[in-house]
Amino acid sequence: MFRDAGLVAGKDLRVELRSRVTTQQVAPFAILVLILFGVALDPDRGILTRASSGLFWVAVLFCSLLAIQRAFTIEAADGGRDALRLSGLDPAGIFLGKASAIFVQLVALEVVLAVGVLVMYGTEVTGVPLLLATCLAATAGLAAAGTLYGVLAAGLRVRETLLPILLLPVLAPVLIGATKAFEAALGGVAADGWPWFGLLVTFALLYTTFGTLAFGPLLEES
Amino acid sequence: MEPVVQLRGAVTLLGRFPALAGIDLEVAAGEIVLVRGPNGAGKTTLLRLCAGLLPVTRGEAIVLGHDLTDRRQARAVRRRVGLLGHATGLYDELTVVDNVRFWARAAGAAPADVEAALGACGLEGRLADLVVASLSAGQRRRTSLACLLARRPELWLLDEPHAGLDQDGRDVLDGLVRQAVASGATVLLSSHELARAEALAHRVVTIVGGTTDRPAAPVTAPIPEPLLVP
Repeated sequence: MFRDAGLVAGKDLRVELRSRVTTQQVAPFAILVLILFGVALDPDRGILTRASSGLFWVAVLFCSLLAIQRAFTIEAADGGRDALRLSGLDPAGIFLGKASAIFVQLVALEVVLAVGVLVMYGTEVTGVPLLLATCLAATAGLAAAGTLYGVLAAGLRVRETLLPILLLPVLAPVLIGATKAFEAALGGVAADGWPWFGLLVTFALLYTTFGTLAFGPLLEES
Repeated sequence: MEPVVQLRGAVTLLGRFPALAGIDLEVAAGEIVLVRGPNGAGKTTLLRLCAGLLPVTRGEAIVLGHDLTDRRQARAVRRRVGLLGHATGLYDELTVVDNVRFWARAAGAAPADVEAALGACGLEGRLADLVVASLSAGQRRRTSLACLLARRPELWLLDEPHAGLDQDGRDVLDGLVRQAVASGATVLLSSHELARAEALAHRVVTIVGGTTDRPAAPVTAPIPEPLLVP
């Protein structure tokens, strides 16, 4: 399973490096979202600084939709889905591999977004460990849930429009938990953020376990 | 010896439409069987059924000893078959060698199998490092064939394998099919290029409207010597 996961993750990341969709389209989109929030809310930074946690995670959520759709678009082209089914790869390995590749891309995007938030919104970091832990746990949850719903929507003709409708409500706990933990890490009391971090870890574990079990049947049936 | 493919009254529904409406077919080990029929007869569906990609709604379907009516066994047979279909299953952004390496490694093949497959399909050297998106249709087909070859499948399922290939590519394909059979593989293919495909096949089966409407035609080509050894 883990060998297959490594193989699939390596392939997906190589596809992304070659196509440069993440660096040339998704990352600029993320920065654009931050700028638009800045323009729309408050050029004086007052509201922006207070709302920076929520804005950061909303931007991450938008980017994750693009990354997840992209991860399954490459399989939809030219019979890739059937080829995967015929490959002999363990479906659980495919799930973990695709989720890992999405995780890596999202972490890279979060670094870009974090720099953007610090520079544009003037946010101050007070709890670095909580900030990093929150990023990793929330991103793992986004990647796992996104991969699961991505394969569910991938077999449908209306997948581009259906995926956000299916996925965004499911990701609400990640948005809430990550925002609250970030608020504690960005100028708040770090100790207040750790229970939210626990929620994010629980979400990530739940969806990773469920995805590992359900990805095979979903790949077959959807 | 047990047949490699054994279908009795096999029915496959695509939605409510019976894409296969009762297929009877037996393919022995080491045979090359050509499935012919008009467009929409069910040739592609038959090959996909044998690959374990489609459910058997009714009837009996045993491939390489796996009962395809059992979903778990249908999944297990996929490791042992190679399907060359209309879609190539290639990643446009990756190079030829990256694609072949990925699918070969997924099937547990050795690095030497990748090199051998690329060489056999005429994809060594500069061609191997080209991105698939930049290839011609024929080169894509060769790459897809190399992916199949590197996996060393026991049953080759070839759907219109000559389509998109030039004369040289067709000769290479036919040579590889004969080599595979000589080393113990079995081949089930569909083609509209009947003259070439019939010359390659040991036996011809006709399907019309999703059924085998008459008994298999007699052997048209001799079975290679190694396969006659018990």
